[in-house]
Amino acid sequence: MSIDLSADTSMVRSGLDWRSIDLRQLVIDALEGGGRGHVGSTLSLIEIIRVLYDDVLRYRASEPNWADRDRFILSKGHGCLALYVLLANKGFFPIEELRRQCRAEAMLGGHPERGHIPGVEASTGALGHGLSIGIGMAIGARLKRQTHRVFVAMGDGELDEGSVWEAALCAAKHRLTGLMAIVDYNKLQSYGPKSEVQNIEPLADKWRAFGWEVEECDGHDVAALRTALGTSGRQAPKIVICHTIKGKGLAFAEQNPSWHHKAKVEAADVARMRAALEER
Amino acid sequence: MRQAALKMVHELALDHPKVLFIGSDLGAGTLKDLRAERPEQFFMEGVCEANIIGMAAGLAMEGFVPYFNTIATFITRRCLEQVAIDICLHNLPVRLLGSGGGLVYAPLGPTHLAFDDMALLRTMPNMAIVAPSDAEEMRRAIAASLDWPGPLYMRIAKGNDPVISRPDTPFAIGRAIMLRDGSDVGFVSTGIMTGRCLAAADRLAAEHGIEASVLHMHTVKPLDEAALLALANSTGTLVTVEEHSRNGGLGTAVLETIGDSRLPVRVHRLGLPDRFPEGYGSQDHLLTKAGLDATQIAAAAATLLREIRL
Repeated sequence: MSIDLSADTSMVRSGLDWRSIDLRQLVIDALEGGGRGHVGSTLSLIEIIRVLYDDVLRYRASEPNWADRDRFILSKGHGCLALYVLLANKGFFPIEELRRQCRAEAMLGGHPERGHIPGVEASTGALGHGLSIGIGMAIGARLKRQTHRVFVAMGDGELDEGSVWEAALCAAKHRLTGLMAIVDYNKLQSYGPKSEVQNIEPLADKWRAFGWEVEECDGHDVAALRTALGTSGRQAPKIVICHTIKGKGLAFAEQNPSWHHKAKVEAADVARMRAALEER
Repeated sequence: MRQAALKMVHELALDHPKVLFIGSDLGAGTLKDLRAERPEQFFMEGVCEANIIGMAAGLAMEGFVPYFNTIATFITRRCLEQVAIDICLHNLPVRLLGSGGGLVYAPLGPTHLAFDDMALLRTMPNMAIVAPSDAEEMRRAIAASLDWPGPLYMRIAKGNDPVISRPDTPFAIGRAIMLRDGSDVGFVSTGIMTGRCLAAADRLAAEHGIEASVLHMHTVKPLDEAALLALANSTGTLVTVEEHSRNGGLGTAVLETIGDSRLPVRVHRLGLPDRFPEGYGSQDHLLTKAGLDATQIAAAAATLLREIRL
């Protein structure tokens, strides 16, 4: 299935359940406490990361470096608030840390850092790095005869980076069935529509041509995500292209590039965000 | 020197399953014996250095020690952000083996001339930079690299350079080696320039009655500051010699250390000018053009001492 998606959001029909709304409340807590953050880029990711941590990944929050854990790399590091709320929710660190994000001496920064934050596998933020690191981890698991899997979530803007396509060739060559890539395909990059800034359609066909198994789903549909993320590639690495809405859950921010990142989140913004969530 | 380096990686790989070799798209048959003996420890990943650096970082996170070899300019300039973030920020034991360090690929032109590799990598926190003087020292340096805790760049020269290192001198990363004692001037050099400095020192003694020390700074980072300051104290005049731009390499590192020490020491830097090398021919040809053969090095030191004494 390959669809012209410019800024089309018709692939996304799902509503939000209570857990998704609660997780978004935690994101707003973090935005309120830290006073800044990538709002739109976080909200398109929530269900993807929720399903990973609720239903797919093997991990031990009290033992973040457990050798047999599945590895998850958030390659689009600017969506880190989505990762932080799930890690906090699962007990990797106290939930109070969320409100301190980006403050001086905080545990949580504006991009995730390995070694600073329990549960963060790689320091990301510069785009186009995570998939290659994930390849190394997946080959490492194979060499050590370990069965854990490696998941790498990328943004659609990130796919502009040439290194992603170097990695796409490499993972297919090694038939890394233990590696899964996930694209948060919200069709909006920082400046504007993906189709205008740098079109990447036909996206699914590109990955197939690179030798990957491709599945597409509604990236806010929890049941669809459980199915898509729950099964590995059979003969090759698998990529799940998740059709999402940037800013999902806040009507005024949805598909609105000015909500990609907020360097200053005012009290009025917080009130507006909370009201928008409550309306749902 | 490259053969010595790869042969040593092969030996390490046989003894240590955690040692992996990764090439980009190297010459046909490179390390074919390792490939046959330990196929799981041999990777040839194509012309995609950025991906390879990230992959090596992921492998190192899983406890492996990857040795990645390709041409020095492609392992430094091409994928500098991957080196900075994937390897240095994570502080991982990835080994970068840069072939053709300096002007080795003279006939191939400036795209292949690694005159800035040490400058680029010296700014990277956690990165160690090692430039052995000859093939024998390269073997010792690779052996020492196995247990180095963080990232390490090994600068590989052409090969068939005269062996001036001594098997009885222990090699430790970060520990400079004093190869010649003399109180008038101290050469501080790295890579194959150390051999030229020894020849220059002999010439200075024979022709000018000048006694020169030669401190082989095989590790440009972390710099052996204690050895450098001891030499600075005993001679008062240092001449740094490197097959690298005068900007940002060994000479700059020495100036930084001497400046911070506030010692009244004169430092003269010999190296390549701040421009892309022009012309082809041979490594020796370009080195002579830059004033870096033994005779020229000796003359520069003699002139400097004459100026100081006036």
